[in-house]
Amino acid sequence: MDNQQIKNIVFETLSSIAPELEPSEINPDKMLRDQVDLDSMDFLNFIIALHKRLQVDIPEADYAKLTTLNEIVAYLKARLGQI
Amino acid sequence: MIEFKLPSLGADMDEGKLLEWKVKPGDAVKRGDIVAVVDTTKAAVDVESWQEGTVHELLAEPGDALPVGAVMAILLEAGETPEQAALAKASRPTPPAVSQPVTVPTVAAVEQPVPGEARRRISPAARRHAMEQGVDINAIIGTGPQGAVTLEDVDHAAAAKIEKKDRGAEMRRAIAAAMARSKREIPHYYLAEAIPLERATSWLAQENANRPVTERLLMAALFIKTVALATKKFPEMNGLYLDGNFQPAQAAHVGVAISIRAGGLIAPAIHSVEEKNLTQLMADLGDLVQRARAGSLRSSEMSDPTITVTNLGDQGVASVLGIIYPPQVALVGFGKVSERPWVVDGALKVLPVVTVSLAADHRVSDGHRGGLFLAAIRELLQEPEKL
Repeated sequence: MDNQQIKNIVFETLSSIAPELEPSEINPDKMLRDQVDLDSMDFLNFIIALHKRLQVDIPEADYAKLTTLNEIVAYLKARLGQI
Repeated sequence: MIEFKLPSLGADMDEGKLLEWKVKPGDAVKRGDIVAVVDTTKAAVDVESWQEGTVHELLAEPGDALPVGAVMAILLEAGETPEQAALAKASRPTPPAVSQPVTVPTVAAVEQPVPGEARRRISPAARRHAMEQGVDINAIIGTGPQGAVTLEDVDHAAAAKIEKKDRGAEMRRAIAAAMARSKREIPHYYLAEAIPLERATSWLAQENANRPVTERLLMAALFIKTVALATKKFPEMNGLYLDGNFQPAQAAHVGVAISIRAGGLIAPAIHSVEEKNLTQLMADLGDLVQRARAGSLRSSEMSDPTITVTNLGDQGVASVLGIIYPPQVALVGFGKVSERPWVVDGALKVLPVVTVSLAADHRVSDGHRGGLFLAAIRELLQEPEKL
């Protein structure tokens, strides 16, 4: 799976939680939670949805590595490569 | 004979529109069964029965606007015959009053006309009116002779269209009414306390590391549980102020303030929080947030919170001083959990800290007791493993 495919999945997953999301307006290097209205329940649902979609386990201890879109894509790519 | 009435759905809702019945005459109904779906400004609410009986007669029809307390249906008690119910009904001084029925505004779901079927009857006046109102005339079900679309039908369709667009505005009005009433009637006092969360955060991290992702806990669940447990020692924070009297509640039905993405706020209850373990509470919280945002709640969740918790800090504010949701008497607010300097045994440390606040009703409690209540919440959060 390449970066663009992963990015698309991330956007689809995010949109299911925050329907008002405009992918083109997201700066991939800025904090995601500053750009999308996500509370901790939304973020947990986002992680659960990614887990279900990609079969990737994301420990809570890794949340700190998932603050921007680019970080999330890189993280998921690395995790998918290990499977 | 049991008169099934539209229950109160919270201080900011005084009427609802019946969308559909979930029961029919002859059905047996238990306590807690969903008997009808009623639309309010905030959500489509599943109205539950508070009694046990057999449905005898449905008095309201889908589309009817019903004030809180309106008799919607007649149920028969165990062993009661319809004749006995009729007698009981006849002996009442006035028949149960259902408010003005409102014609169902029908904009959607027209049955597909069969090709070759007679042309729809639409008067030129109705057609012109529909164009002026920006309503699709072909989507309107006619109620005139032979299904003709009348001017009135167009008006209803136009009203329904506005209704949909104005839902946000209506919710805003409902919130405004409840909050204005609260500020008018309830003499609030406010207290705040900083609580170190070192133990709670490390316990939570350890706990979540051992849980599958679908069962992870949020700090919010700990907050809600501690508030419920603290009310056991401070019953004056948990209950309703009605008719000049405070009625303490037996269980802590904690209303959770949930923001709606399109704007607005709703605070439905999680029932008997003190009896639930954190796993169960977290599952209930997730389910409640999801349903509140999808606009599908149960009448008991809307009507019976006994204290409210708001966790606005989740989105970054340091503290929140809330407005009590009448007829409740207290609201507990949690700010953002952030690392702050903290003195422990004379030495400076950096700890995760949250500011918890209380808005309480001075008619029922005093600041001294309020302060002790917050201290109880602080102590409970120091022993997260016991929650």
